[in-house]
Amino acid sequence: MSDAAATLPVSADTDRRIDALLTKYPRRASALLPALYAVQEEHGWVSEDAMDYVAAKIGVSAAFVAGVVSFYTMYHRKPVGQHHIQVCRTLSCMLRGSRQVMGRLKERLGIDVGGVTPDGRFSIQYVECLGACDTAPCAQVNDEDVPHLDPAKVDAMLARLK
Amino acid sequence: MAYEKLLLKNVGRENSHTLDVSLKAGGYQALRKALSGMTPDALLEEVKASGLRGRGGAGFPTGMKWSFLPKTKDKPRYLCINADESEPGTFKDRLLIERDPHLVLEGIILSSFAIDCHTAFFYIRGEFQKGCRIFDQAIAEAYAKGFLGKNILGSGYDLDVLTYRGAGAYICGEETALLESLEGKRGLPRIKPPFPAIVGLYGCPTIINNVETLANVPFIVERGAAWYAGIGRPKNTGPKLFCLSGHVKNPGVFEAPLGIPFLELLNEHAGGMLHPDRPLKAAVPGGSSMKILPANRCDVLLDFDSLAAAGTMLGSAGGMVMDSSTCIVGALLNLAEFYEHESCGQCTPCREGTGWFTKILHRLETGHGRREDPDLLLDVARRVEGNTICPFGEAVAWPVQSYVTEFKSEFDDHVTKGACPFGGAAVQG
Repeated sequence: MSDAAATLPVSADTDRRIDALLTKYPRRASALLPALYAVQEEHGWVSEDAMDYVAAKIGVSAAFVAGVVSFYTMYHRKPVGQHHIQVCRTLSCMLRGSRQVMGRLKERLGIDVGGVTPDGRFSIQYVECLGACDTAPCAQVNDEDVPHLDPAKVDAMLARLK
Repeated sequence: MAYEKLLLKNVGRENSHTLDVSLKAGGYQALRKALSGMTPDALLEEVKASGLRGRGGAGFPTGMKWSFLPKTKDKPRYLCINADESEPGTFKDRLLIERDPHLVLEGIILSSFAIDCHTAFFYIRGEFQKGCRIFDQAIAEAYAKGFLGKNILGSGYDLDVLTYRGAGAYICGEETALLESLEGKRGLPRIKPPFPAIVGLYGCPTIINNVETLANVPFIVERGAAWYAGIGRPKNTGPKLFCLSGHVKNPGVFEAPLGIPFLELLNEHAGGMLHPDRPLKAAVPGGSSMKILPANRCDVLLDFDSLAAAGTMLGSAGGMVMDSSTCIVGALLNLAEFYEHESCGQCTPCREGTGWFTKILHRLETGHGRREDPDLLLDVARRVEGNTICPFGEAVAWPVQSYVTEFKSEFDDHVTKGACPFGGAAVQG
């Protein structure tokens, strides 16, 4: 990583955050998952360039990092929408109508599950049990939990996210 | 006699997640008691005597687990708190983390003291962003107050607690996968033995405990093992958080002594069935991995041993209720898709078996099932169960076996009718 500052795929601030992570845990390798989060917080996803950069920081191969990134669902390997909407699809939410919630989202946004709207504002995805079954059917929009959805509440949610 | 809430005593209070509210409600009194007079061994013995069994799913005695640590102390010992709550139907740890993090933290400090650990890791599932923010804040408050860090409350005992966020992987709730993830790797379970108490995080002796398990420890310290063991039933002691979701009127987390009847939980705590004209068809008492109980066998007590005797398990106490409108084939398809998605892929029987379950159930649910399909499901389940590195194999084989066995005629109906009698709503669009 010579000439680093000019070619870093992340900001100097993110680079410093990752440096701090390298000594936070008893072993440097443990910094990998948090470092990937730091990259994703800046860019919204984890590119191959970013993986190469993180690999060099931690001291592991780029292939190792790619293996980790692809194992966990929360690292995005391509850009997602500004509002990334994840609808819980597992049993308690299905019993309470998650299919209808997703159906409404697809209809209103004109995209399929896994898609991003052309303006980049919304993406929709199914997610496995969010551990919030008392609020079924539920979803997450970026970091925020959205409880007790139904098609009408989907409309209200989309209006709020405009 | 009215039951005194313990684990949930604070969650209804305003700002229950803050240290101020916790202290006013008697928080950290147990810590003061332990650090001013108890030895680590005495604390461990107290937990053993309480009969506390792990609340994460397996129900293993907590004190016994702690006593598996080697007597020699040439390496650091770690405590990992399993906050990777991902078993479908389970949302009790989330409640504790978000609404009473200081109770959990006090339990962590006491437990770390008991096992002579000076660095504890709070591994929280990635999707619990809110919970992680709240817990980080609780940790900061505890440091500022001298409950964490060097020389806690002047006792000479040091402890650091670090949060670590998972990134979306059910398997990381399996204790050795959790350790791999904490080491910055893919979450592939390890072969046991060696058990983590001997070779755990970074090759060091490590104890992994569930969030709710540790939230019990302050009460055991404060009021004593004998008092604690008086709650619940013999060998199934203490308060328990029960989740109930699905077709119930008031889904939620309910605290009761271990051994509460399932029907009492359903009808008195969760308000009964969602629709008065749709009776109970079946329930899963312990999270999606546990065997299903048809309505006529739901008159059971909710504790480890009673449910084992009933042919299922308490698991993580993530109860899911299905009413008469539910297609059992569709419900199982939903879970099969979950397990196929979440299989780590390391063991062939699990990786391939979960795909087969989905494929067969999908064709049954869409009206293309074959007469031999129910038997084929059972055959594949037999080949998965017991043939994998971690308990994930059982976690998927058990629901398949029990749904097919208990509701065989419904599977057959899908074949003979060439369609789902319930409309096939479970097929993912």
